[in-house]
Amino acid sequence: MIPSSSQILMPVRMSTILGSFALALFLNFLPWPDLRLVPDFVALVLAFWCVRQPRLVGIGVGWMLGLLADAGNGVLLGQHALAYSLLAFLSVWLSRRILWFGPMLQSLHIVLILLVTQAAVLLIRLAAGDHFPGWPILVGPLAGAILWPAVTSLLLRPQRRREREQAI
Amino acid sequence: MDHTPPPFFKRGPAPLVRLFFFASLSLALLVVDARFRYVDGLRSWLALAAYPLQRAATWPIDVAMSLGNYFSTQASLIAENERLRAQLLGNVQDAQRYRELQSEAAEMRRMIGTTEKMPVLAMPAEVLYLSRDPYAHKVFIDRGSVQGVRAGSPVADDTGVVGQVTRVHPLLSEVTLLTNPDQAIPVQVVRNGLRAVAFGGGASGMIELRYMPANAEVEGGDRLVTSGIDGTYPAGLAVATVVRVERDEEHSFARVICKPAAGIERGRYVLVLTGETARPPRPEETQAKDRRGEKTRRSKAKDKSAGEKATGDDSQ
Repeated sequence: MIPSSSQILMPVRMSTILGSFALALFLNFLPWPDLRLVPDFVALVLAFWCVRQPRLVGIGVGWMLGLLADAGNGVLLGQHALAYSLLAFLSVWLSRRILWFGPMLQSLHIVLILLVTQAAVLLIRLAAGDHFPGWPILVGPLAGAILWPAVTSLLLRPQRRREREQAI
Repeated sequence: MDHTPPPFFKRGPAPLVRLFFFASLSLALLVVDARFRYVDGLRSWLALAAYPLQRAATWPIDVAMSLGNYFSTQASLIAENERLRAQLLGNVQDAQRYRELQSEAAEMRRMIGTTEKMPVLAMPAEVLYLSRDPYAHKVFIDRGSVQGVRAGSPVADDTGVVGQVTRVHPLLSEVTLLTNPDQAIPVQVVRNGLRAVAFGGGASGMIELRYMPANAEVEGGDRLVTSGIDGTYPAGLAVATVVRVERDEEHSFARVICKPAAGIERGRYVLVLTGETARPPRPEETQAKDRRGEKTRRSKAKDKSAGEKATGDDSQ
């Protein structure tokens, strides 16, 4: 099988990017029973586009998404904005390195990025006077990293050529 | 990878510069939002932008529930009917006694010359979703300023107080639950009328009475209701039941752990109580401030901030 990074892909469509962000926000707003155990889908999709399309999706987009997440969740305005800009920066910065690896090793990079993002939110919350929510908070980033190969194959699907075209 | 050649000469500022720019912007927003609340307009607009997605996110649950209703068997419906009828009988009796007592209480109130209590209006609302933040202890309901929700209104379900509206957007509003550590509610022990202030217990899902003297007359099983002296919560709503009282010899205060009466993290339908009680204006405090000087001023500032928490954000 050809590794995903060396396949020749079609140019990405704007509607794919917007649709994936809308879907991620929708998944985040679903009423989950325990939010600490659920991966942050917006962070995952943002990391994906920052790695794949660093010139289209970058720190500014991450910041705007963070503001939306903050307002939608009714938390301090700016905490997700800061965390997502940090995430976007790390993803853009590491994008060439990450694409060099296969899906499993990519996940190892992503888990670090997601943990740093989570730590940024945690620090802001602690500075604002909240209590530590317990160690299950680490499960979310881990689950996100496990989902990374699935997210990659799903979001790259619109860009893949059909088999027949590839053979030519 | 795509085929477009990299634009060598126009790439904008370096990523690190952008990160610094957006990070400082976020930090400025954080400080402004936490300290001054200047950005509530911006927040309302953003919340309005996120509203369609939030609304859509409750849809799968609606579908699941309607499917569940569709497949519920006749037997369970009959059993539920029986149960509801029995409950109704009890309620009717209670309602009759309540009406009688109400007229009696009104008469007594007139006799001792206090103002008559305003009736409390209730607006039903549906819980849209929990806040995606394990620290926040907030829920969002589908009624906003368009429907007449005001910040500071208490929110209850069929068994007791759930929390308080803390922020109102055009189509939805934010309810801070009683379990939020920053949320305070004035309560009264039903058995002996002892007044106290209950605070949220955070992740434990309990609420606690802090700063109770070690010899306070509270014991396990006591019921707590709102005392109504803050002018925000109507008096007599069920709040919690005392689970245990920790009297530690090292501390001069007793710690009273209580279990909320309402299904705080469970219910799907709540009531927003919008009854405005006609309360007298706050007495002027300027004279006292001049006389007592700096030290009491500081303590008063603390009192005031605690009072604001308890009575909701009146300033909004």
